[in-house]
Amino acid sequence: MTTIDFYAILPIIILVAWASALLLLDLFITRKVEGLTAILAALGLAIALVVSALNFGAGSTAFNGMIEADGFSSYLQILFTGSGIVGIALAYSYLKRMGINRGEFYPLLLYSISGMILMAQAADLIVVFLALELLSIPLYILAGIARPNPASEEAALKYFLLGAFAGGFVVYGVALSFGATGTTSLAGIVAAVDSASADMPLLLVGAGLILIGLGFKVALVPFHMWTPDVYHGAPTPLTAFMAVGAKAAGFAALLRIFLAALPVLAGNFVLIFWILSALTMFAGNLIAIVQSNIKRMLAYSSIAHAGYIMMAVVAFGQELISRDVVASSLFYLLAYAVTNFGAWSVVIALEGAEGKGLQLEDYYGLGKKYPVLAAAMLVFMLSFIGVPPTIGFMGKFYLFRTVLEAGYTWLAVIGVLTSLLSAYYYLRVVVNMYMRQGDPEIYQDRLVQLVTVVGAVAVVLLSIFATPLFRWVSQAALNLF
Amino acid sequence: MTFFSNPLNLVTLFPLVGVLVILLFKQEQKKEIRWTALIVSLITFGLSIWVLTLFDPNNPDLQLVINLSWIEIADWEISYQMGVDGLSILLVLLTTFLTPISLLSTWTAVEDRVKDFMIFFLLLEVGMLGVFLAQDLFLFYVFWEFTLVPMYFLIGIWGGPQRMYAAVKFFLYTMTGSVLMLLAILWLGIYQGTFSVPDLTAMGGIPAQVQLWLFLAFAAAFAIKVPMWPLHSWLPDAHVQAPTAGSVILAGVLLKMGTYGFLRFNLPLFPKAALQVAPWMAGLAVIGILYGAAVSYYQKDVKMLVAYSSVSHLGFVMLGLFALNPQGVQGGILQMVNHGISTGALFLLVGMIYERRHTREMDDFGGLWKVMPVYGALTLVVTLSSMGLPGLNGFAGEFPILLGAFGSEAIGSPWYAGLAALGVILAAVYLLYMFQKLFLGPLDKEENKLLKDLTVRELITIIPLVILIFWIGLYPKPFFTLMAPAVEKLLSLVEAASLAMY
Repeated sequence: MTTIDFYAILPIIILVAWASALLLLDLFITRKVEGLTAILAALGLAIALVVSALNFGAGSTAFNGMIEADGFSSYLQILFTGSGIVGIALAYSYLKRMGINRGEFYPLLLYSISGMILMAQAADLIVVFLALELLSIPLYILAGIARPNPASEEAALKYFLLGAFAGGFVVYGVALSFGATGTTSLAGIVAAVDSASADMPLLLVGAGLILIGLGFKVALVPFHMWTPDVYHGAPTPLTAFMAVGAKAAGFAALLRIFLAALPVLAGNFVLIFWILSALTMFAGNLIAIVQSNIKRMLAYSSIAHAGYIMMAVVAFGQELISRDVVASSLFYLLAYAVTNFGAWSVVIALEGAEGKGLQLEDYYGLGKKYPVLAAAMLVFMLSFIGVPPTIGFMGKFYLFRTVLEAGYTWLAVIGVLTSLLSAYYYLRVVVNMYMRQGDPEIYQDRLVQLVTVVGAVAVVLLSIFATPLFRWVSQAALNLF
Repeated sequence: MTFFSNPLNLVTLFPLVGVLVILLFKQEQKKEIRWTALIVSLITFGLSIWVLTLFDPNNPDLQLVINLSWIEIADWEISYQMGVDGLSILLVLLTTFLTPISLLSTWTAVEDRVKDFMIFFLLLEVGMLGVFLAQDLFLFYVFWEFTLVPMYFLIGIWGGPQRMYAAVKFFLYTMTGSVLMLLAILWLGIYQGTFSVPDLTAMGGIPAQVQLWLFLAFAAAFAIKVPMWPLHSWLPDAHVQAPTAGSVILAGVLLKMGTYGFLRFNLPLFPKAALQVAPWMAGLAVIGILYGAAVSYYQKDVKMLVAYSSVSHLGFVMLGLFALNPQGVQGGILQMVNHGISTGALFLLVGMIYERRHTREMDDFGGLWKVMPVYGALTLVVTLSSMGLPGLNGFAGEFPILLGAFGSEAIGSPWYAGLAALGVILAAVYLLYMFQKLFLGPLDKEENKLLKDLTVRELITIIPLVILIFWIGLYPKPFFTLMAPAVEKLLSLVEAASLAMY
């Protein structure tokens, strides 16, 4: 291992070492200072975030081309570590309130984030699989951390079984790709295809299997069945984190594999991607309409948003706009992350013990009793719909631009019409908050309130002053190919 | 000119000052909140008058332009561009004029959550002014969509019994059109490389076939907003459920955003398509005129009647715009203003009687003239203006429209104008019928015998509108002078396109 190798995975090293130390340390942390683990975990993430932002390994490949440290991965590292910090802020008193404050929560979260980072850096199919497992296994445990709550246990089991299944697809896909090209490295695959030594039908099947596996992770329809149950059963702060982190990691792998290594398969895959995207947007939004539980509603909404990002990915084979494909996806992931954490923070503020406070009726009268909280939720809902001036609108704007540039006009039309569909259920939350009478209860939690308020302000301000963000994603997308 | 010293920007953003001040008040300080909102909206009106003094009516181009670079998305540079010309100056004035009047009408009508109400109302004013002043498609879209949110709340929180249904319907209908327009805007960005409306107009060069699609996508957004038959079904719900002030603004200004959209974007950006579809648009407009009038006649609820009459009146505006000649377009623009004033006044008057009796059924009234003579006289003036009696403002708008439509080459047949003229007669029928049901006949209902005539505050809200009704009716020339050069410039574009086509 050379120094450059070391620098390239510095954030991962920090997180894994920190998490391992924390796991041990937690044993000695007494009841009196039980919040210490969380604070230390957040500190570790903050350090990793700074290191990611400094991006020591900039532009280098490490470990014989297995790891990539570029603008793309640096951007996602910041997204992952930042999400982790917000996730801890949301979880901190939630776990205590729900009586599930187990010390291992935070180290496991750190492990999972290290897996996500690895996913963003993976330039080799083996590493993709490794990263997939590293990010998933801690999440399986975390989903069940509210044991003996049956919903949480069910979530963990379901997530584990289907996740393992998805992992199997990826492994098989990797094996077939290896059989087709004689290598698992993305650069090697490109070379094999270029020199016409690759067995194309086999590679096609391999890529298809990888797509299915990753489709599970990012919850594309029809691979989404686990999502509502897992999102519903898992502790809410974790759900918020999963919706952002696991989805972004999945898309990171999809983008890198298909754009960097497999653009040659575009002719075979465009239609499949097109259908997956349309189906995901449509089914996600349609089923969300009939939900009465806000966690399930947001779960379906998260499915639908994966469909929107997928819309841009359809154009993965078009070299002229591939930079826009990556940049718009990255931007949307950020827009979704900010909006999503904000919305979930409001859900957490209202959630009571044993799943109380999660029905849409529990939002009756929120606007009158807690105007700031409701106004923030309004901003998040508008951002989800894509009404300006919110970051969700800017994200959709760029996505639709990419889709139209790629020439998929009808997909864009389906996209805008399904966001109309989504307006219906997002507005229902607003109707309940402002136009109906009720007496909702909230739990005063400074950290959660901070996330809510900062989130709402960010959703608006980042849309008005979006230029630096757009430059950043454009830069991050530059050296993927 | 910089961001904060540009007069247009000041007008647009000034209501935000009111929002910030109102945020500092407590919910219970109703009086202070109302006065703050009113004073802020009056200052905004003052600022718009200042804009008018700076405005040069002889100049057909955009004036007082502010153009700053705003957002960069990949290779796109989106500008923060605003400007005013003869097409928009009257609508800006209409907006700033109707807002304080609407606010004053809420003095006793809105008692619940006054703070939120005033905040939403001022935000709405920002959105509306932005729509009329934005000269960049992206900026325009931002303002356009932004107006949805406060109006949605005004209907949904302070509206009638069916308010939630009406609010959601309003939101979804409008958004359906807007998202299609968004795709067309993106197309222009991708293939023309800019969102700036003046640049796009100067550039031209969009193939005729594509123009048609883009025209239709923009028209989807605007036709729903106008609303043109058959896309009008959200309007009666929204109008009837909305609180009085909301109806006034909805009819007075929000609907004009649709007609203005056609004028500002569809005609200059896609002139070939506009020429192609002009007969179709005129046909829909005429159907709207007759349909709206016929349905109005059968209403039992006064507010419903006024709401459907809007469908009819806006049909005239659309007919005038798509006549694509100076009389028609100028009449159309003036008719936008007229409709804002007359229908706004009608909604105010309906609101006043509703506040007293809590019913709008025409059968519950009759003989009101005897107990409320002032109210009756004012209603008579407004009713006559709405049906286009010569000497009042409605005539000054409708006459040039019919004249324009009659001789229009683009529409190609005088029959449209002929049928539309029938609409004028029908308007007289349903409006006089309404007046008769309310004010004439015996005063036979016990509850009506004790009704009080208008208060000073109510008079203050309605008198300015009546003055304008007479002013525009008797001496419309200054209004036409303001818009004439800009209209001429717009039509020269259309003419150039028609020459290129044949």
